[in-house]
Amino acid sequence: MADLEDEVLARIERQRKLRPRWRDDRITMTHGAGGKATHTLVAGLFEPAFSNQALAQLTDAAFLDIDGARMAMTTDAFVVKPLRFPGGSIGELAVNGTVNDLSVSGARPVALSAAFIIEEGLDGDVLRAEVDAMAEAASRADVSIVTGDTKVVERGKADGMYIVTAGMGLRVHQEPLSGASIMPGDRILCSGPIGDHGTAIMLARGELELDADVQSDTAPLWPLARALMAAVGSSLRVMRDPTRGGVATVLNELASDANVGVVLDEAAVPVRPPVKGACEILGIDPMYVANEGRLLAVVAPEAAAHALEAMRNVPGGDGAALVGEVAAQPAGMVLVRTGFGGTRIMDMLIGDPLPRIC
Amino acid sequence: MRYVDEFRDANLARTLSTQIAAVAEPGRHYKVMEVCGGHTHTIYKHGIEDHLPETIELVHGPGCPVCVIPMGRVDDGISIARRPGVIFTCFGDMMRVPGGDGSLLDAKAQGADVRFVYSPLDALKVARLNPEREVVFYAIGFETTAPSTALTLMRAKAEGLTNFSVMCNHVTIVPPLKALLESPDLRLDAFIGPGHVSTVIGCRPYEFIPADYGQPVVVAGFEPLDLLQAVYMIMLQLAEGRSEIENQYGRVVPWEGNLRALEVLQEVFELRPYFEWRGLGFISQSALKLSDAYRDFDAELRFDVPGVRVADPKACQCGEVLKGVIKPWECKVFGTACTPETPIGTCMVSSEGACAAYYNFGRFARSTARAGS
Repeated sequence: MADLEDEVLARIERQRKLRPRWRDDRITMTHGAGGKATHTLVAGLFEPAFSNQALAQLTDAAFLDIDGARMAMTTDAFVVKPLRFPGGSIGELAVNGTVNDLSVSGARPVALSAAFIIEEGLDGDVLRAEVDAMAEAASRADVSIVTGDTKVVERGKADGMYIVTAGMGLRVHQEPLSGASIMPGDRILCSGPIGDHGTAIMLARGELELDADVQSDTAPLWPLARALMAAVGSSLRVMRDPTRGGVATVLNELASDANVGVVLDEAAVPVRPPVKGACEILGIDPMYVANEGRLLAVVAPEAAAHALEAMRNVPGGDGAALVGEVAAQPAGMVLVRTGFGGTRIMDMLIGDPLPRIC
Repeated sequence: MRYVDEFRDANLARTLSTQIAAVAEPGRHYKVMEVCGGHTHTIYKHGIEDHLPETIELVHGPGCPVCVIPMGRVDDGISIARRPGVIFTCFGDMMRVPGGDGSLLDAKAQGADVRFVYSPLDALKVARLNPEREVVFYAIGFETTAPSTALTLMRAKAEGLTNFSVMCNHVTIVPPLKALLESPDLRLDAFIGPGHVSTVIGCRPYEFIPADYGQPVVVAGFEPLDLLQAVYMIMLQLAEGRSEIENQYGRVVPWEGNLRALEVLQEVFELRPYFEWRGLGFISQSALKLSDAYRDFDAELRFDVPGVRVADPKACQCGEVLKGVIKPWECKVFGTACTPETPIGTCMVSSEGACAAYYNFGRFARSTARAGS
């Protein structure tokens, strides 16, 4: 019987590896949740339609070599509700989010654009506060906001305001960091406690009548990324920021890109007690909850200790931990060793556990 | 975290695991059904099967509230949700359950105002905030969730709210258990009894299982150590030739249940003569509807619902999975045509469904995992 089960599982894996095709009749909220439906939309519709080599990598930022200049480019839209939440606001998020997509791609953020879609009737002070937050975040991340656009839409649309930012960065290394380069034995590092941002937003929406002191972790990741690259050089395989879809989604993408197994030690993944408590009550796994200031890195085994030390010496990286390693099997999957001494797989996010978080 | 970590201690688990293996009779195969979907979820999420000898097979039962809703009832809900002026509220899982023509999530994308809530009281709040709209709550669940629906209705009545109603799909746990025990294609050795249902109904309603069928029942909690301990208690009963009801979840479940909750259920609900269960067919006196005193709040009376029976897709074997006759992976469409993203059957939708739990957490060759450790 076990043989038959393995056969069924192997067939399912083959099916899962097929290129996703987008055939959905309509967009539902799950298409924006960062999980499987989003992946299908991007890989099954956008990527084949816009088909080019830079896009095909589907990395956090595209790598462009322009007349010898090693550039990286990225964009991100921010539709978070509420606009302000403990630990941050939409403006700060709009700068840090784009800065971080560049940073984890190994590129020093240089310049950003900012486009505002504003709802008619928005309080002027609310707008000013967000613009100030963006200026401050840009200054903290040492990046300039060099161009922008403004649109106003009718009352009742855009929930106050949406912000779209794009960013240009300068890559440190010639060879782009790539998820495909990870190999069995490599170690997985996480820069600090996970799930803070998504949980903070969820609580700030006030629909759950839960009270807990949780602050968003929104922060620029460039100092961490730079310190890691300087400390371990080519032993650094790849960096990612686990935003929507959380740590689980990023690790699944890595396992699938390199066709390796990712083995995560559940007890080693840092989660703050109030986040753990809120997630426990709501039946949500913190591994799927968004982060806006955390970095996951995969490094060669011999460089792990040094990399951890480098991360812990950077503000915001003091909670860094070794959380797992890469194995040959089960290829393309993330296996969790539970704190209880059992095992389970951890798949990509399905559906939408949380409303608009970034 | 207090009250959580104590129940997930790996050292205690190893001790229990050894004790379980010690009382298992060599060469005997044990089939133990966990009735409740919450247990199924815990089993996969924490990898409990890794702590059990291979001769103990856990069979997943029918106790997942979302899984047992037939397609026709989903369609009835969607037909109400599509009416102009209606705000349709339900639990999150329910939104993805496919009906004959799409799910509530699809109806939402097409313009219906469908909102997910964490509690029926949240639905009541929506009704208060939107007095000009009709607010409907799609109630599902066993005796666990029925009291909260009942209290919500009592409050709505006390407040004189006229724009709130409930489409009631509450079901009861004992009739499907009887149906399973009478089913010729399933031979079980014992039951892990549902924990939270039993906080309401107590342990007495299961007395017929040891009395008439000679099988042990151990009512269990939802933390991984609860389940391992329940399996151990079952194995001891079987080894000693006993068949009794035992309560492993004494910290929450009183033997007599929650009398106040039972009173509330009596007042607000009455038994339906029969109700269709997904995959199990019609089971008599197995579900609740609003009592006469609450008929004004009955969405099925307030709105004209089609009430058409929709046959399950041919390929779908949810019924056999719900009865524990086949394992999720033995279903013809498991993981290929039917996945959590595009579910055909209900068992693939809810996180408590056996198929979703297996697909999300258990879908790997355990031999490989062990070899790799």
